[in-house]
Amino acid sequence: MSTAFLTSEIPNPTDPMLPHLATIQDVKPTAAGVSTFSLVFANPEERANHCFQAGQFNMLYLPGAGEVAISLSSDPAQPEVMDHTIRDAGSVTRAIGRLKVGDVIGVRGPYGSAWPLNKTLGSNLVIVAGGIGLAPLRPVILSILRQRSAYGQVVLLYGARTPADLLYTDEFDKWRQGGIDVQVTVDLGDKSWRGLVGVVPQLFYRIRIDHKKTAVMTCGPEIMMRFVIYEALARRIPKERIFISMERNMKCAVGFCGHCQFGPTFICKQGPVLNFAAIEPFFGKEDF
Amino acid sequence: MSPSLPRVSASVAMPKASLQQVFDNLRAAGYMLVGPTVRDGAIVLEEVDGLDDLPLGWTDEQRPGHYRLTKTRDNHYFDYGVGPHSWKEFLHPSRLPLFSVEKNNGNWTIRPAQEPPPRYAFVGVRACDLAAIAIQDRVLIGSEFRDPHYAARREQVFVLAVNCSQANSTCFCASMKTGPKATGGFDLALTELPDIFLAEIGSEAGSEALGDVPWEAATAFDLGRASRVIQRAERQNGRQMQTDDLPDLLYENLEHPRWDEVATRCLSCANCTLVCPTCFCTTVEDVGNLRGTSAERIRIADSCFNRDFSHVHGGNIRPSIRSRYRQWLTHKLASWIDQFGTSGCVGCGRCITWCPVGIEITEEVNAIRAKAAK
Repeated sequence: MSTAFLTSEIPNPTDPMLPHLATIQDVKPTAAGVSTFSLVFANPEERANHCFQAGQFNMLYLPGAGEVAISLSSDPAQPEVMDHTIRDAGSVTRAIGRLKVGDVIGVRGPYGSAWPLNKTLGSNLVIVAGGIGLAPLRPVILSILRQRSAYGQVVLLYGARTPADLLYTDEFDKWRQGGIDVQVTVDLGDKSWRGLVGVVPQLFYRIRIDHKKTAVMTCGPEIMMRFVIYEALARRIPKERIFISMERNMKCAVGFCGHCQFGPTFICKQGPVLNFAAIEPFFGKEDF
Repeated sequence: MSPSLPRVSASVAMPKASLQQVFDNLRAAGYMLVGPTVRDGAIVLEEVDGLDDLPLGWTDEQRPGHYRLTKTRDNHYFDYGVGPHSWKEFLHPSRLPLFSVEKNNGNWTIRPAQEPPPRYAFVGVRACDLAAIAIQDRVLIGSEFRDPHYAARREQVFVLAVNCSQANSTCFCASMKTGPKATGGFDLALTELPDIFLAEIGSEAGSEALGDVPWEAATAFDLGRASRVIQRAERQNGRQMQTDDLPDLLYENLEHPRWDEVATRCLSCANCTLVCPTCFCTTVEDVGNLRGTSAERIRIADSCFNRDFSHVHGGNIRPSIRSRYRQWLTHKLASWIDQFGTSGCVGCGRCITWCPVGIEITEEVNAIRAKAAK
């Protein structure tokens, strides 16, 4: 591993736009065109003091390529290693995709709001994810597994376009053994697929859950989340207990660049995890 | 404090020519003077040396999509309305290097942009623009995060305000309660009368700027004349913005047909966001060398009217002009209030004047109100 360092020439260490250096400790292929990068801060002090919450994100930077907002996908109980599950989707994520173990990357963060793991203690949880949307929910699953008895019934409803697009499939058995009901579907099966075919919100019909004590956490394409909310409301889960993680263009992550605005909400500051009741008037508005 | 200096909050009369002495005092105190000057047929803001650079005897004629300079018969320095520039160019520059990175054997060295920001003295700040600066303060240094670049410039700025003596057909500061009189946030505030400047002292620094200036305490007659000049400007406000039903009016009408109608006229050129003194959105660009061993990261002004502004892997959230105009207007007049406790509009009218097709923000709100969803 190279010994990257933070230079001491910084006159204004409070500038939130300055990246902090981290090295890549591990790269793991996770799905088709998706890899999980494990990062550690180069500065030992920073590594020791760093912590994050499930649902938060970092800004990852490569010189000459640019910066991109990526959710933390590892266990917040081990904050010194920060996993980022990244799909090759644009010029920056493509450049990150070419990095190897030992390479340096710029990190700013963690930013944004967290999933309400404390507020939902004791309740049933329906975790609903589509495609890469499982990445910001993996810290939730790993946190629950550490204290499984603190929650009621826990269900993961997960789907992707094809079996090759499913994330973390090698972990599903461990999650099931830990007491999480994992239901998986794909939009389009292949020859080897023996599981369910259909869209994610349909998985609601496979579970029996006491709606009075249930919270929903969902992340995925907005169109999927709209129907997840529809299914949840149809089961009389109150909208105050539906939480969604939203995505918008971000340049700064600290509320200055204006790009991530969703009505009065800055997705970078009040989000990405938002209570549905708070954003209901704007959610699903065309081109909003 | 020297006994020859007026006390803070006093109003004094001074000869017009002695404004040069104020400029000299400010320059001697280390300020770079930025003020109004005539260039390319417009009154713009740039570095000024002395009184000769000011737009003496010029006024402007502003209408939707129209701006012309004309000569007046009075020899006044400040007989014009706000031009295409605003002070945000100096406090929140449209192009700002953030840092550079050099890669060497797998190590990176990050060097923050080192240039110390200039110490600006702003000359001729109008009341609406004072309000705009106060709004950008809330946006950029008023939350849990602080923009250190803005803070460094803002903290040391000297503000020489000038009360408006005339208003344009595009002005609506009175209805936004931001002008035409500067009521705070300045070091010195001038009102220009035919024979003298009446100066209100806003701070110790403002008082010191009057060193060696032959001032006299303002008489009741002078104060009366000054207040009539400002009242005239208030009466001349050519437009009004009704704000009592905002932000709900816009939130409840996100599907109003007017958004489609305005989209047939709006060119999505971003002029309104460039001239707006409160619009703050930025993007960042990396300029790398060909070998990929170094890069400079630069912050650049951006606009919600740009197509790529809302780009998220493979698509734009707001692909239509309808959605982008709606974003701009609802942010300016509605969600800004939720975000920062103040409207994002100060009523300066720049977006009306500099819109190439003359779209009027006040008219658009009226049209939505006329057929509002109940």
